Amino acid sequence: MTAAEEQQPAGRPAPVPGPPRQRTRIVLAEVSRTGNRADRTRSELTQQTRVGETLVQGLVRAQLSLALRLSLLVLIGLGGLPWLFAIAPTVGRVTVFGVNLPWLLLGVAAFPFLIVVGWAYVRLAERNEQDFVDLVQRPER
Amino acid sequence: MSNGYVVPAIVAVTLVTVGIGFYGLRLARTTSDFLVASRAVSPTWNAAAIGGEYLSAASFLGVAGLILKYGVDVLWYPVGFAAGYLALLLFVAAPLRRSGAFTLPDFCEVRLGSRRLRTLATAFVIFIGWLYLVPQLQGAGLTLATLTGSPYPVGALLVAVVVTANVALGGMRAITFVQAFQYWLKLTALAVPAIFLALQWQADARPAVTPPDGPAFRTATTVVVEHRATLTLPDGDIREVRPGDRLDFAAGDPVPEVSGAAIGATDWLLPDTAGDDDRSLFATYSLILATFLGTMGLPHVLVRFYTNPDGAAARRTTLVVLALVGVFYLLPTIYGVLGRIYTPQLLVTGQTDAVVVLLPGAALGDGTTGRLLAALVAAGAFAAFLSTSSGLLTSVAGVISTDVLGRGSVRGFRLATVIAGAVPAMLALNVSGLDVSQVVGLAFAVAASSFCPLLVLGIWWRGLTDLGAAAGVLVGGSAAIGAVLLTVLGPPLTGWPATLTTQPAAWTVPLAFTVMVLVSMASRRRLPRDVGTTMLRLHTPESLRL
Repeated sequence: MTAAEEQQPAGRPAPVPGPPRQRTRIVLAEVSRTGNRADRTRSELTQQTRVGETLVQGLVRAQLSLALRLSLLVLIGLGGLPWLFAIAPTVGRVTVFGVNLPWLLLGVAAFPFLIVVGWAYVRLAERNEQDFVDLVQRPER
Repeated sequence: MSNGYVVPAIVAVTLVTVGIGFYGLRLARTTSDFLVASRAVSPTWNAAAIGGEYLSAASFLGVAGLILKYGVDVLWYPVGFAAGYLALLLFVAAPLRRSGAFTLPDFCEVRLGSRRLRTLATAFVIFIGWLYLVPQLQGAGLTLATLTGSPYPVGALLVAVVVTANVALGGMRAITFVQAFQYWLKLTALAVPAIFLALQWQADARPAVTPPDGPAFRTATTVVVEHRATLTLPDGDIREVRPGDRLDFAAGDPVPEVSGAAIGATDWLLPDTAGDDDRSLFATYSLILATFLGTMGLPHVLVRFYTNPDGAAARRTTLVVLALVGVFYLLPTIYGVLGRIYTPQLLVTGQTDAVVVLLPGAALGDGTTGRLLAALVAAGAFAAFLSTSSGLLTSVAGVISTDVLGRGSVRGFRLATVIAGAVPAMLALNVSGLDVSQVVGLAFAVAASSFCPLLVLGIWWRGLTDLGAAAGVLVGGSAAIGAVLLTVLGPPLTGWPATLTTQPAAWTVPLAFTVMVLVSMASRRRLPRDVGTTMLRLHTPESLRL
């Protein structure tokens, strides 16, 4: 380890042994003016202030509506099939490559469909979370 | 039927399972290793382990058997078993991991802070776990009896003893590696023979799956009836058969119509139409609801989420599981379809669950290839029994050791494992006539009507109270359990009562949700005071480090 690496980062002096230095009086107003705004949003969140609650509720609502929209997609895409086969029996008789359409849809196509919906959810949910993190860390935006 | 390769294959799978278990034992040193694998499991390993644990006897044997028997309508089983992971991903995965709950009772305490609700959830975890364990052990007994002619209790006891010993000694860490290995074994054991079967089908000049005259025997076959049924012979005669009756068919004879099974080409090939009545449509939607929403309430599925390092990893793990499970479920359909050509006698005996293990021998003949593939499939089937039973046993034992015995130690966990394994083993020895897939389907229905509303409302709705949750679980869960008991033990029903009890989810799930919401709104004074903190913890990303 070199001497340079041992040095403390600028602005934070190392505790010096010896006689105690004179105490500095810290005024709250100054702290809030110069302090980290991200820390303030964090404490809004952890202390359950009205602002913090609203922020969390926004995230929960965004994630829930994403999940509900994607499940609606599955509900229509897959859940509509029994109903479709029931009201339009001719659909079941259509053959593709010699295989009846219901066999292809349920036996093969359903699985890639589910995987694609899941993949889309993971991406979009992570984006929602990133937006939330950005909001907390840079609240002025 | 004697195939010299089957027993060595089953012994090899069992030895490898126990071997990896003991290897894991050397690694498992702390209670944390034991219970959550010290969270040192990568998402890919974890996903393969979850997949390995999830693909049970019902998936490996039951789905193909159902397709052989009923045709296109039961394709909803594999679709629903896979879609359950999508529902889990969308509504539960990340928040559940962030809650820090290891089991469902833990989640109740974290979210609602009620000891009584915790006790209620414990009872349901144990009930669902045992309901799901019995058919696994039963499937093991029946498979070993079919393949080697051993008495039924041998297979059931073999799996029960191996699994109990392995879980008690190796714990969760060992189980993770065992399960991941077993996922790949199960996939191989279905995929490799499926390729050979497809080639054989080509070589046989692609015989029609649904010939215009109905399925026929390809070779002279003697059928020994296993279940009471009514046969309609091709000349129009109706004949009652009893277990033990022997029927001889010559090559080319048509397969008689069996009561209950879809023998006719159109019934089997085409979906039920609404023309005759609405009951089949109701049953289909009920099945969809039970499988889509039941997966998240299965105790052995949730336990795994705690082994992920954070919420985002839990989400990715679930997506990988969805893909792994989806790939697997492409295969049973091939067995069910080819079973119509090569093993039509199973339609007469009623042992359609055996199609996966008998098809390689029946299609490829008695040569070395056919025998080796039959042994591979048997090994895969045993991997299915061992892995699902291990997962269920771990979760039931975990709940018993913390909530019933009240000890968090490794010794307590071992004692709980022995208790959790002994009860379903006794049950499996005494009931051998239950249909594997039916019982598993009912376990899904109970999970969907009790734990699914608890998890979904607990995670997304601030207004849930302990009283509301308890009322919903009790009413929805009891309704589903009542339907289970009536189906399994009660008198045979017909018409709407039969549909409502064999496929209860379409009415019990909405009932559970409604009761939970209404009672919670009526008991608003009981809202947990820390609900804001809990919601913050469930939904905010860990990267903020609040």
